[in-house]
Amino acid sequence: MTAAPVEIAGACQRDRAGIRRWARNPSAAAGGALVGLIVAVALVSLVWTPYPPLAVDPSHSLAGPSWSHPLGTDQYGRDVLSRLMAGSRVSLYAGVVSVLVATVAGVPAGLLAAQWGGVPAQVVLRLSDVLYAFPALLAAIVLSAALGSSTTTAMLAIGIAFVPVLVRVTRSNALVVLGSDYVLAARAYGRRPLAILRRHVLPNIATTLIAQMSLLFSLAILAEAGLDYLGLGTTPPTASWGDMIQTAQNYLSQDPLLSVWPGTAIFLAVLGFSLLGEGTAELRNARLGRSA
Amino acid sequence: MTSYLARRAGIVLVSLFGASVAVFAVLAVLPGSPAQVILGTQATPQAVRQLSAQIGTNKPLWDQYLHWVHGLLIGQLGQSYISHQPIGPQIAQALTVTGPLILLALAVGTLVALPLGLGGALHNGKLTGALLGGLSQVGIAVPSFVGGIVLIIIFGVKLRLLPSSGFPGWSEPGQALRSLVLPAATLGLVEGAILSRYVRASVLDQLRSDYLRTARSKGLSRARALWRHGLRNAMVPLVTVLGLELAALIVGAIVVENVFSLPGVGQLLLNAVGNRDLLVVQDIVMLLAAVVLVINLVVDLSYRLLDPRVRD
Repeated sequence: MTAAPVEIAGACQRDRAGIRRWARNPSAAAGGALVGLIVAVALVSLVWTPYPPLAVDPSHSLAGPSWSHPLGTDQYGRDVLSRLMAGSRVSLYAGVVSVLVATVAGVPAGLLAAQWGGVPAQVVLRLSDVLYAFPALLAAIVLSAALGSSTTTAMLAIGIAFVPVLVRVTRSNALVVLGSDYVLAARAYGRRPLAILRRHVLPNIATTLIAQMSLLFSLAILAEAGLDYLGLGTTPPTASWGDMIQTAQNYLSQDPLLSVWPGTAIFLAVLGFSLLGEGTAELRNARLGRSA
Repeated sequence: MTSYLARRAGIVLVSLFGASVAVFAVLAVLPGSPAQVILGTQATPQAVRQLSAQIGTNKPLWDQYLHWVHGLLIGQLGQSYISHQPIGPQIAQALTVTGPLILLALAVGTLVALPLGLGGALHNGKLTGALLGGLSQVGIAVPSFVGGIVLIIIFGVKLRLLPSSGFPGWSEPGQALRSLVLPAATLGLVEGAILSRYVRASVLDQLRSDYLRTARSKGLSRARALWRHGLRNAMVPLVTVLGLELAALIVGAIVVENVFSLPGVGQLLLNAVGNRDLLVVQDIVMLLAAVVLVINLVVDLSYRLLDPRVRD
């Protein structure tokens, strides 16, 4: 019992050192800051935007930046800043759901393939090969032709397309852990396979998986915005960055900035999550003494 | 090698079969028969039945599936349910735009990726290297349609140097090429940024290799050692990446054609989705999937041919 407080203090110190290391890695710090900013904007937009994102004001259509509308208005006189803020929710939501879909399907499949091998593993790997080879955009187009355009369709297609990536990463990393001496010891000790996966494998591959999920998150935002742009995702009038660019393209000669704002937003969001993922992976590799 | 080839080709065939079943099944579960969709809600049941019989959608699903796949295999892509035009010639026509676009983009992408990646590797750990790495990171985070629109704003709207939308047809080769410049640049820059990271990693790998250190200790300069020993080896993984890039370009072209209103395969596909022209969607998706899968196969095989260590 007396050892417990010491252990907790040690753990806290380790965590603080971890956070400091993390903040000192330029990729992770910059990515974390960008992601924090976007999440904050999305949260604020839930309770406050300068104007309602759907409020139409025909007398102020295509008005450039001004004090009352810092980023101007679109062709219906809707406030661009408000729509930009509301659009962050669509992007984050799409990222969360598609990464969740991919994780729920991909990580257990990868663990299963690593732990048990044999025929089930072969089936999982071959299926994921087939899925991997099929271009995600084509899958999204087929789904949206069948189910109609919606954010859900887009997220589903993107999530399914990501499954093989997580299967591979999970399996190859789990195999490394499963080959280690302490897993051998745990086996000899009589631990069940599922307990080994939970106690030893998952904690050890968690950082790698989180880094990968962050990268996938950035790709999901990119893909979802693309589908919205093509009219295969979120449908108007809901504010989404991709759809804002699509409509702004009709007014390039009158107001080029109208397409630049949502474009910048997508860029920053994608950059943020991919830097965060890359930085986390770098830290993980550095801790294990591998080169990047 | 032959058994490997057979196994890989088998996987491609199984993938294609799976894809065809999936594409067919997803589109077959659509509410309302295709005839109903074509004729609209005002049509009489009799007219719907008649059209169903005419386009063959009254048959059982497996029969329709076999008919469709058989048609694909013998090059009979069928007729559009909407425009009643034969689909094969439409795709062939669209390919005269998409094909050159992809080739130009591949050239742009390679020209961007090689210097960017090589420079990044040679200046690794220095400011220049970090800047080049940052540049490629930026290129990756910019979606192609945003990049395309920025190019349109600069070169089309502000400078009025290049056409930013539409395609005049190959009867005017000069004009046609001019209208492909911005789309190809858009596609190529994005892919080049991605590719440059592989180039960088591959060259860095070589710089750390033992035989390059030996070559250096023999007295060769770094540039010369890299040129004589490193680059050839660095090229092996790049062939793979080039193939993957080609596959990515084919899919990326769908988006970019839409940005620049080019009458290519991507636009044909998206218009078909918009019009619910299902047979056209099925045909194009299967063709693109087949091309991508075959490219992946060829890449995989060439990788083994180029690098003896990978063999069996």
